[in-house]
Amino acid sequence: MTQDQINLAIANPKMSARDVNVFYGEKQAIKRVSIDVDMDNVTAFIGPSGCGKSTFLRTLNRMNDTVASARVEGEITLDGEDIYASSMDVVQLRARVGMVFQKPNPFPKSIYENIAYGPRIHGLAASKADMDVVVEKSLRRAGLWEEVKDRLHDSGTALSGGQQQRLCIGRAIAVEPEVILMDEPCSALDPIATAKIEELIHELRGRYAIVIVTHNMQQAARVSQRTAFFHLGELVEYGVTSDIFTNPRQERTKDYITGRYG
Amino acid sequence: MTVERLPTDWKSEAMRKRIAGRYAKERRFRLIGLGAVVLSAAFLAFLLFTMMGNGLRGFTRTEIALTVDFPASPVLLDPAAITDESLNQANLPMVTSTVAKQALGPDADSLLSSTAWITIRDAIKADPSILSRTETIALPASTGIDLAAKSEGPPEAEAAVARLEKAGVLTTGFNWNFLSASDGTDPAQVGIWGAFKGTLLTMLVTLLLSFPVGVATALYLEEYAPKAWWTDIIEVSINNLAAVPSIIFGLLGLSIFLNLLHLPRSAALVGGMTLALMTMPVIVIAGRNAIKSVPPSIRDAALGIGASPVQVVFQHVLPLALPGILTGTIIGMARALGETAPLLMIGMRAFIATPPGGISDPATVLPVQIFLWSDEVSKGFVEKTSAAIIVLLAFLLAMNGLAIYLRNKFETRW
Repeated sequence: MTQDQINLAIANPKMSARDVNVFYGEKQAIKRVSIDVDMDNVTAFIGPSGCGKSTFLRTLNRMNDTVASARVEGEITLDGEDIYASSMDVVQLRARVGMVFQKPNPFPKSIYENIAYGPRIHGLAASKADMDVVVEKSLRRAGLWEEVKDRLHDSGTALSGGQQQRLCIGRAIAVEPEVILMDEPCSALDPIATAKIEELIHELRGRYAIVIVTHNMQQAARVSQRTAFFHLGELVEYGVTSDIFTNPRQERTKDYITGRYG
Repeated sequence: MTVERLPTDWKSEAMRKRIAGRYAKERRFRLIGLGAVVLSAAFLAFLLFTMMGNGLRGFTRTEIALTVDFPASPVLLDPAAITDESLNQANLPMVTSTVAKQALGPDADSLLSSTAWITIRDAIKADPSILSRTETIALPASTGIDLAAKSEGPPEAEAAVARLEKAGVLTTGFNWNFLSASDGTDPAQVGIWGAFKGTLLTMLVTLLLSFPVGVATALYLEEYAPKAWWTDIIEVSINNLAAVPSIIFGLLGLSIFLNLLHLPRSAALVGGMTLALMTMPVIVIAGRNAIKSVPPSIRDAALGIGASPVQVVFQHVLPLALPGILTGTIIGMARALGETAPLLMIGMRAFIATPPGGISDPATVLPVQIFLWSDEVSKGFVEKTSAAIIVLLAFLLAMNGLAIYLRNKFETRW
């Protein structure tokens, strides 16, 4: 099959991957994946467990660098700039491509400090007053401000799971990233907290390029406009979300979304 | 053939027996546990009881109240011009002896400590006006009298004590001298200060060397070192090093610090360096465990918003690992505090009668002082040994208390 058959042409990609292979030692986890992600749409990566969707997500901000045995081949660009080039500063890349993890992982510090940490290490706020503005803006965007404005100096770990995850989103937003990667952000949350996060993703769409990994197909259908289906380390099909769910072109995609495996 | 399964009879004889056996097993296990706790508590109580029984006497001394009529005594001093020099020229030992003989009888020299005159000198120095009146001063008794008054001494001393008690001049005072003096030959005169100061200096050197090196090693091995054969070798070596008998470290210190580097013998510097070698692997192991137990999600979180690896280590991993590292450090330090053998090897068992002024001065430490005193023939040293043990245990207790305090203070509540 040709790339055109499974892939979606995107006019002005924010991030592009071309023929990306990822190896863990000898094992190949990602096989020749090419994909474009743009600013205006939320992109969902779906697929059965172990299909490589999270691995691929983590190559987009080089979080796989921390795994000693991981090796990445191919080209991934952010605004046309190769992120694996030696001239790319990983620290800056991760500030530009933020990440939200599966399990809420606030720092064991105050809510304020959780948000302020990123701007502080990147020197984004000149004064205490500036920092207060950044913290309030980030918490508002993360939909958490009203709930925590009276207890900014309480520990972030004392919040509920859903609030913690929104705090982590606020923390990612605070450094003004261009792309936000979300690795199954709702898998540890209850349905109500999940609904709030999904609502938040809708509100953030357009301001940031959002890529979300999910094992929940309904969630992918609800929050995303573009869906990529991964299987056994390959990108099986990438298209407009409604097309993928109603009219998949690949047999494997159809089998997965109808619940034949996964 | 199919075996027909009957419904389980939960009330059968066999079942009841099994249940009774289960309960009996649990009761037995609880009793054994309780017995172990009681046994160890009894040993501890026995240790403390005997220590206190012997040692507390070491903190007191027998004193003889001597009434000195200064104007009538042969002291030739001008109350208006008391200087160290004039006091030295006044021949106070002679004066003390004369006055004591008048008051206590011809055997006064054997009743009073040979340094009793120092107490008189200090009294004059503190308040020169006593030179113009009659003053009663409590002077330290000799070792024989001290022993006889506290428990049993030589027969002639026992007789003298009976006589002094009748005269009502025998008192018991707190032995400040024990806390301020150093080693000596007369058990009535020895003190713990020299050894205590030596311990402080040695521990300081140990801490300053082993803590930074140990923590840096732990951080490097956990956060930066690649998984390779040579890091495995380092890990195995460090674990082995922590189990090496301390006397070996003493020999190492002797051959490297003294024979090769020619550092001063018997000094707190060398003692501290030797103990640092011993403490470091403990800190490395405790530190690595503490660093390992920091959840990886925190590292991800920090890396994910663009913290550099150094920022991740120093702003997130290290603060979270600190309680564990501190606990390990203090356990290692407490072990070093009680160490005697390696310090004997580097000459810290010398007789040192003045407290060390710095880390390169000859010094001794508490456990070595205890070892030396326990070896003395004179009976007066028995209670001094026990008293020194109490000081050592108090030091140890204070360190462990500090460990608990620091752990609670820095512990992160998730």
